[in-house]
Formats: sequence, structure tokens, C-alpha cells
Amino acid sequence: MAPVVLWSDGLIWLLVLAASVLGWLSRRNPLWRAAWQRVGRSRSGMASATVLLVFVCIGLLDSLHYRPRLEESAGRGVGTASEKTAVYSVEVLSLLDFLLTPLRTRTEKTYSEPLATRAHAKESIKVRDADGQLRQSREYPRLKHGGAHLGADEARRDADVAERVLRALGLAMLVWWSLAAATAALLARRQHCSHRQAWRRIWHNESDLACNAVLAAIAGLLLCGLPLAMLATDYHVFGTDKVGQDVLYQVLKSIRTALVIGLVTTLVMLPVAIFLGVVAGYFRGWVDDLIQYLYTTLSSIPGVLLIAAAVLMMQVLIDTHPQWFATAAERADLRLLALCFILGVTSWTGLCRLLRGETLKLRELEYIQAAQAFGVSDLRIIARHIFPNLMHIVIIALVMDFSSLVLAEAVLSYVGIGVDPTMISFGTMINNARLELAREPMVWWSLAAAFVFMFTLVLAANLLADAVRDAFDPRLTGSA
Amino acid sequence: MSQEATVNEEHLLEVRDLSIAFASGRSLLAAVDGIGFAVAAGETLALLGESGCGKSATALALLRLLPTAGRILGGEVSFAGRDLLRLPEAEMRGVRGGGMAMIFQEPATSLNPVLTVGRQLAEVLERHLGLAGQAIRARSLELLTAVGIADPERRLGEYPFQLSGGMKQRVMIAVALAGQPRLLIADEPTTALDVTIQAQILELLRRVQAERAMGMLLITHDLGVVAQMATRVGVMYAGEIVEEAPRAAFFASPRHPYTHKLFAALPDLARRGGRLETIPGQVPPLSAMPGGCRFAARCAHAWDLCRQEAPQWREVGPDHRVRCHLDDEPERVRSTGSEAVIARATGPLAAPALLAVADLCVHFPIRRGILQRPVGYVRAVDGVSLELARGRTLALVGESGCGKTTVGKAILQLLPTSGGSVRLLGQELVGQSRRELRPLRRRLQMIFQDPFASLNPRMAIGEIIGEGMRALAMPGTHPQRPERAAAIAAVLQQVGLDPAAAGRYPHEFSGGQRQRIAIARALAVQPDLVICDEPTSALDVSVQAQILNLLSDLQVDLGLAYLFITHNFAVVDHLAHAVAVMYLGRIVEQGTVDEVLRSPQHPYTRALLSAVPSPRLEAQPEFIRLPGEIPSPANPPGGCHFHPRCRQASAPCRERYPGTSTLSATHTVRCHLYP
Repeated sequence: MAPVVLWSDGLIWLLVLAASVLGWLSRRNPLWRAAWQRVGRSRSGMASATVLLVFVCIGLLDSLHYRPRLEESAGRGVGTASEKTAVYSVEVLSLLDFLLTPLRTRTEKTYSEPLATRAHAKESIKVRDADGQLRQSREYPRLKHGGAHLGADEARRDADVAERVLRALGLAMLVWWSLAAATAALLARRQHCSHRQAWRRIWHNESDLACNAVLAAIAGLLLCGLPLAMLATDYHVFGTDKVGQDVLYQVLKSIRTALVIGLVTTLVMLPVAIFLGVVAGYFRGWVDDLIQYLYTTLSSIPGVLLIAAAVLMMQVLIDTHPQWFATAAERADLRLLALCFILGVTSWTGLCRLLRGETLKLRELEYIQAAQAFGVSDLRIIARHIFPNLMHIVIIALVMDFSSLVLAEAVLSYVGIGVDPTMISFGTMINNARLELAREPMVWWSLAAAFVFMFTLVLAANLLADAVRDAFDPRLTGSA
Repeated sequence: MSQEATVNEEHLLEVRDLSIAFASGRSLLAAVDGIGFAVAAGETLALLGESGCGKSATALALLRLLPTAGRILGGEVSFAGRDLLRLPEAEMRGVRGGGMAMIFQEPATSLNPVLTVGRQLAEVLERHLGLAGQAIRARSLELLTAVGIADPERRLGEYPFQLSGGMKQRVMIAVALAGQPRLLIADEPTTALDVTIQAQILELLRRVQAERAMGMLLITHDLGVVAQMATRVGVMYAGEIVEEAPRAAFFASPRHPYTHKLFAALPDLARRGGRLETIPGQVPPLSAMPGGCRFAARCAHAWDLCRQEAPQWREVGPDHRVRCHLDDEPERVRSTGSEAVIARATGPLAAPALLAVADLCVHFPIRRGILQRPVGYVRAVDGVSLELARGRTLALVGESGCGKTTVGKAILQLLPTSGGSVRLLGQELVGQSRRELRPLRRRLQMIFQDPFASLNPRMAIGEIIGEGMRALAMPGTHPQRPERAAAIAAVLQQVGLDPAAAGRYPHEFSGGQRQRIAIARALAVQPDLVICDEPTSALDVSVQAQILNLLSDLQVDLGLAYLFITHNFAVVDHLAHAVAVMYLGRIVEQGTVDEVLRSPQHPYTRALLSAVPSPRLEAQPEFIRLPGEIPSPANPPGGCHFHPRCRQASAPCRERYPGTSTLSATHTVRCHLYP
């Protein structure tokens, strides 16, 4: 196989790198360390961080792309030379796709309900009767994969599902118990106390980290995740969509899109917002006037119109230059990046305004004047004195913007100006499902699955944002 | 003070064994530990103490207005026969404002900026007196007149931003008086105000208290205010009252070692130029209160018993009690000032001037309209001339808003000057480019007022101090790390800090230590001149003494010159060689310390000096009441700027600004009284 690095993959791993650098810097700086420790003590913050971490891991697995090598087809010339020029599929797969191969490949014909063994709609089937005559009948056809292991004994489905769920729950308990025991043992070793005391500390939340919240979140994740995994091997847990694709697979694939939109957009927006905000606040005068004029103008253009125009232009550009893209994935990826970019361009104004105000306040402080009295250059004052004192605002804005951007993507895709239609995202899932809501019987599972996953992601992000804000906002944490 | 004993029979407010704690995480930190006092009608009890000793928490607890983290752990507060701590909240609201009222420290933030003065008064009148309609207006006018506000009709409809600081505090007092309280709690009512305004407000408080026979609980850190206002004094230290005495006994024979130290730490004439007494160490933090006497660790007379057992109250005189194990009156520890007086040259300055400021002007344009044309100028500094020689201290004195800080910043070229010249060692600073200024920058440095705002909280102490060295590329300190680290350690030691402090961050230090760090930062580049902008005004008395000692030591050791910007005359008296008094952007009187402070010639200087409350009972000068407040420098009065407030103003004062009259070789004054 040949590894493929999409643009968004590069940016995502760059973000991971940036986050680790930030983490390393925070470890060294006692003030930041203290702030992160406050986040660590917040129970809701840590629980949501655990959930987010699972989402991020899925997203990262989905960001390692490759093109699988095609089997040598027999018709091609056999020779030593052609062995070197291996042929790769035009389909770009990710590590997640590889792990989820069964989910990805076991597609049905069309809609099927969650855990169903038969399709959602009736079909004309030709059945050969006992007397050898072909007879046409309309009934719900058996699914090709969903519950295929049951064979003819479809009635056993409920018992099978219950058994799998019970087994998964038992396994989940076991896994969780061993995790909790390991945590307690670790804590006991670290703090030199007995296991019993370590347990008490965990449950009374007396340790530095809100371990009980993390363990509770892990318990919740295991209790939901393991049964899903158990069932997903032989059923379509969330059903299938119009083209028979497993909805669980789509939902898991959507996570990456949401993360890219949420994170890469902030990456686009941050440098602009920070630079312009600080420069406007620090230098005042005509620079300030110019930047203020710029962002007032930008923020008074209706965002959706601007985004629609830019995305359509981008679409035209992509359509007229098919030779730029080796695969469809690359094309979709570029469109995703374009969306991130345009979202970033329209959303930096708020943070910029905030930073300008804060800089205006900071530049009058006496330590800035002391630095000026030393003849320290303006750039250095900005870098050493102003920027570090703005970091808390930046971090808070970053975390808070994430959830709103994820939601924005869903809305834009729904309106039809979001990501490429071939790219799986929460927005496209909702958009595809909306027409089917009117069907009788209703097709609700696509929408419900997208809703549940997106809700969990955004809720976790919001709760973490709250915890981060409480920990970093100097007004809420006192003088430190 | 025999009459006090009779008044005390009937207590208006009695506090017994009140304990207050603040919740911090899972633990409670005791802020106030079992204090008790009583206030009678018509009496003023002053609670004296340094910041963090729990005096404001006490006041808020009396009104049950503690912040959410605050808890009243126990005790009893009986006010006019009712136990306030057991009162339901609904009744408590009647007590607040109606029974006792409070005046806060900062008049700018204690009035609601979006309500008119009349509305804020009416709120209290409606709630506590049940007045309505015309009665409210009549009563409001009465109240505003009572607190000495001219033209109360107009003021009633105005918003707080239209009032000056002193006027806001008057309105605040009027609001407090509106509910006809029987007890007034004044929490540092004049700390944020200038001396002349402070004198007005204190006089007003004395008057309304006498008229209404109110009890007053005055919370302050200023011994001068205590001397003027108090009937009795309670000294608080680390959450306890350690001494309580009638005013006369308190000033004549204070008994607690802490009280002694407080008096000794005050800069004044007797210890001029010498060292001030300081209290070693700091107030113990709430989380680590010592078991025995809380002052033991800092007390020069502490013995074993002090560290083991907390002392109990002991009567040492009529109405005078003290919490101390020392049985005899501790012998007065006199400061070493008499022996250490540094010979100071008092003759005319022979040395060539280090700094020569001539006719310095800083005008800020007032811009209006779309094109931002200047329509006028705020003449913040309008023709100031100063000279300062090496190793000397020049004090620049004046009320807030007179432009003294602007002078300091303009000399440093932190503000654009509009005219005049600033010459340092004969080199002109005005109009130089940043690059040309850089070598001169290391010759002059500044120490700022607020040690909490002058250090970047995100930088380690070593980085803060090293920044100047690095920016100015100090000769001898190459940018190699070990050398600079050694230089930083040396300068930290010079200001009395542990060199290990270099790796720590500002929030780990107390106010006094931070100010030392700020001084170290300035010293790191080996300046010749340091501009000190009110370096001690944000500090407690005992810490102020440490900093002043440090500054004078450094002057002796390094031959530094100081331009000392302050409004505190005691500090001027202690430290300065020469004084310049500023009023509305101009220097009105200039001379040596003795000339200006002992025989002030300008009416403004005289009024200013008389307004300073003295912390001695015997030496209260006659107070020259200065009407009004300092006018806006955007629109100064014609003629002599001071004439609207001057009692000796005559016709020429209204017409033209007086020229400089030379009274002696060093003493000049700008007043028409002196031809």
C-alpha cells in the first residue's frame, strides 16, 4: 500500500504537534501548570475530556490515509518489470477504514432498520415453489449481512441480541474493574498509601486529578461501546442508509470531518485574530483605525452569503481543474479545507475584537512602561509581555469556538454549501436523512445516530470549555 | 477621658467573640479570631491595622455582607439590643442602611454609574423612611446640603461621572446618612482621596457624627486619621485585636510591641535621613497562624511563653487593655536614627546637575469631530523646570491630577513632550530617536506605584530583571547566561532578596517584596537617576519603612539621584533634599526641604501641609480649609491657577500668572504675594 497525506491530514497532525508543544510549554510554566491542574480537578471537565479523547482518537485513526495495492490482475503482462510498478486503488482508505472493513464492505441494497434481519421496504421476489413453479411474491427480503449468521432461524434474533449485550456488559464491567484497580494501585504507589486509602481518595475526589470522573466516563463509554462493538460484527446496529451503507460506519467517519472543521478553522483564524488584535491594540492610531474598519466591515457581511459565494467559487475551480486531483478523496479534502478557510476568515473578528480590547488595557500597565523605559523593542514587548498575558483568552476562545464550528458545519452542509457531498459528515448525513423523515414508515435512524454522536461531541466540548474557562480566567480564579 | 466611661454604659454595638473564616477548597481559613469590641452612641472606635489583618472582613460581617466564601463561625453581634447574627434576612435588610450604614473606600465604584444621585438617595429614603414624591426631593436636598454640596438642586439630577472624587464621597456619605442610621461604618473612607479632600471629608464626618450623635466604626491604616477622628482605638493584627485604648492613652503610652513598631515605622522629622524602624517579616498567612502570640515571630521582645501560649486580655490602665505577655511596659525601642543621620549637604548645589529640565511641556490634544481636529489642549505639564544633582533626592509633591506623574514619564521619554528640554548629563533627550535614546536609557530608570501592576505576572523574576540588561546590552554583562545570572543574583542581594528568587514568579511575593523586585529591575542597568513614582503609596506602613530604608541605603552606596514623586509629606520630609510643589501642571514653590516644609510661602503649600493629619496628638496644625478641588487642566482658571481656592487672592491674581519670586538662593515661589 502507498501512504497518502491529504492536506487536512497534514494540518491535523500539525495540530497534534502544536498541542504537544503547548503541553510541554505548560509543564514548564508554573502558572499554566497550575491552571491545567485546576482543569484536572474539575470533574465535569475531566469526564468530558475523556469522552473527547475517544472522539479525537477515532478522528486521528481516520487521518492516516493510504491507497491499498490492487491484486495483480491475471490479464496483465507477467514480467519482472511490471512487478515493480505496483498498481494502487483509486480509493483512498484510512486506518479506521481498515479497522472497520467489515462495516465498510457489508453493504445492503437499501434502507434497513437498526438490528434488522430484513430490509425496510418490500420487494418483488421470485420464489421457486415446492412444485417447481416460479412464483412472484412481495415481501421484505432477507438482508445480505444483517443477522446472516442466524441462518433460517430469524426468530432467534432477540435472544441473540440480548445474549450479546449481556456478554458485552459483563466484559465491560471486567475491563472497567481492572482499569480502576490499576488506577488505584498506581495512586497507592505514587502516594505511598494502602490500596484502601487510594480507593477512598479516588472516590472522595481527594487526589489531584478528578480520577473518579474519568473512571465514571470510561465506565459509561465501555457500557455503551462494547455492546455496540459486539452487535456490529453481525448486525447493522444503527441500520443502513439509502444505498445500504452501515450508519454506524458513517457516524464514525463523520467524527473526523467535525474535528477538522472545528480545529483547522481555529488554526486558520488564530494567527490572523491574534496578530491583528494585538497590533491594533498596541500601536493604536491609524493602524487601529484600519484594522477596526476591516473587521467591522467583515462582520457586517452576512456570513452565510459570504460562505456560499466562496464555496461555490471553489466548486467551480475544482470542477474546471480535474487534473489537479489524483483521487476523489483529494478533491473532497480540498473542498473541506476551503470550507475551513472561509469559516476561519469570517470568524476571526470576534476574537480579534476581544484581543484588541485586552491589549489596550495591558499596554497601559506599568510593566509594559517599565519595558519601554528599558528601550525594549515593540516586537519584543508584544512577544514577551503582551502575548503571554493574552494566552488565557486565546485558549478559552479556542475551546469555545470548537463546538460552534462543528454545529456550523452541520448547518452549512444541510443548506448545501458545506462539505463535498461524497464526504461523510454529520451535516451530509442529516441532509440525506431529512427527506426520508416524511416516508411512511419513517426512516429515523440516520438522523438519530448523527444527532446522538454530534450531541455527545458538542456537549463534551462545551463542558470542557467551561472547565477551561473557569481555570484560566484570572477574574474567576482570583489573583493568580 | 472620664466622660467616655459614662458614655460606655450604654453600648450601641457590642461585638463579642466574633470569628470569621474564609472557605478555601475544603478547609476554612480563620480571618478574624474571636474579636470583641463595643461602640457607644456618639463615639468613634477606630480599628487600626495593616492590610490583611481582617478589619474589612469584620465590618462586612457586622452587616452580614461577607463574600460567598466568608463564614461567620461564631460570636455575637448585638446592635441596639438585637443579635444581628440571628436576625432573619428580611429584618436584616432593615438594619442595613436603617440601623447602620457603611461608607466604602473607593467612591468611584460605590455609586451606581447609571443612576442619578437623586435616584440613589431616593432608594434609601423609600426603603427606610417610607417617603414618597415631593418629600423625597425635599429630604434629598436637605441631605446634600448637610454634606456640603453646593447647588444641590442641580446635583440631584446628575450622574456620578459628572462629580469629582471628593464630591462622590460626599454623596456616598449622604446616601449612608439617608436612612438615619445610628451607627456609621467607614471603611477607609479617605484612602483614595487627596490630602486636602481627605481633610474636608474627615471634617464632614466629624460634624455629622456630632450633630446626629451617631456611633462610628472607622476602619483605617492611617495613624494620622486615627489621631484626628477616634475616641477609642483598637489595633488589629492577624485577625485579633491586640490593643484597645482611649485615644489619649493610645498616643501617649501605647503598650503592645506591635503598636510601638507602627509608630516607629512612620517617617517623620525626628528620624530624618536616618533609618526607619521596620517590623521584620510579614503578617503570618491565614493558613499558617502560629499557636502562641501571633506577633511573636516578629516581636523583638518575644520570649518562650509568647510562642507557646496566646496571651489573654490584660487591663493596663483605665479602659486600656492589651494582649501581651510582657508584664512591664516594654522599654521604648528608639530608632537608631539619631546616630545614623547622614550628613546631608544643605547648601546650594555646587555639583553640576545630573538632570536639568527646562520649561518642560506636555500637552494632550483634545480631538473632536470627524476629522479629529484638536480643539484644545490638556496642559498636563506646562513649563516645569527642575535641576537634580548626583546623589540627591528631589521630591515632586502635589495632589492627584496636578501632572507630577506626567513629568516623570516625560523625563523618561515615555510620553511625547510638547516643548522644553530634558538634559541628562548635558545630553538632550527631547526629540531623540529611539536608537539614540537607548544608551541614555540605562542612566535613568523608573520605579512604579503599584507593585502588583509593574511586574509581568507571566515572567520569572530573573527574566524580569534580566530584560533591561539584555535590551540595553549592558557593558560587562555579555549575553552569556552565567554572567547575567550572577549579575541578577547580585542585584537581588542588593535589594535584600534571596538570589534563589530569580526562578520564581511575581505572584509568590508580597507587596513589599514585589517593590524590591521592581527596584532591583531598575538597579540592574546601573542607572544614575531613578524616578520613583509613589513607590510606597500602595504599601503598608511597616513595609513602606523597609522600602524607604532600602532607597536611602542605595543612595548612599551607589550615589543614586532620585526624583521622588509623591503626595505623602512624611515621606518627603524623611527622604528628600529638595522639594518642588506642583499645582495644575506648574511648579508653584521650590526649595530645600527645610525651606518648603518649615516655612512654606505659597498659600497652596501651606494649605497642603496643614491638611496632612499628623499621627501625634500634640502637633495638630491649624487646618487651612481649601475649598473646592483641583480644576481640570483642560480648562485652568485664568490668572493664577490657584486663585479660586486661595484665601489671599487679590485682583492681580485673577489677571495674570505670577512670575517667579526668588526668596533665597534655593527657594523660589510663584505667587503675587511675593514681589
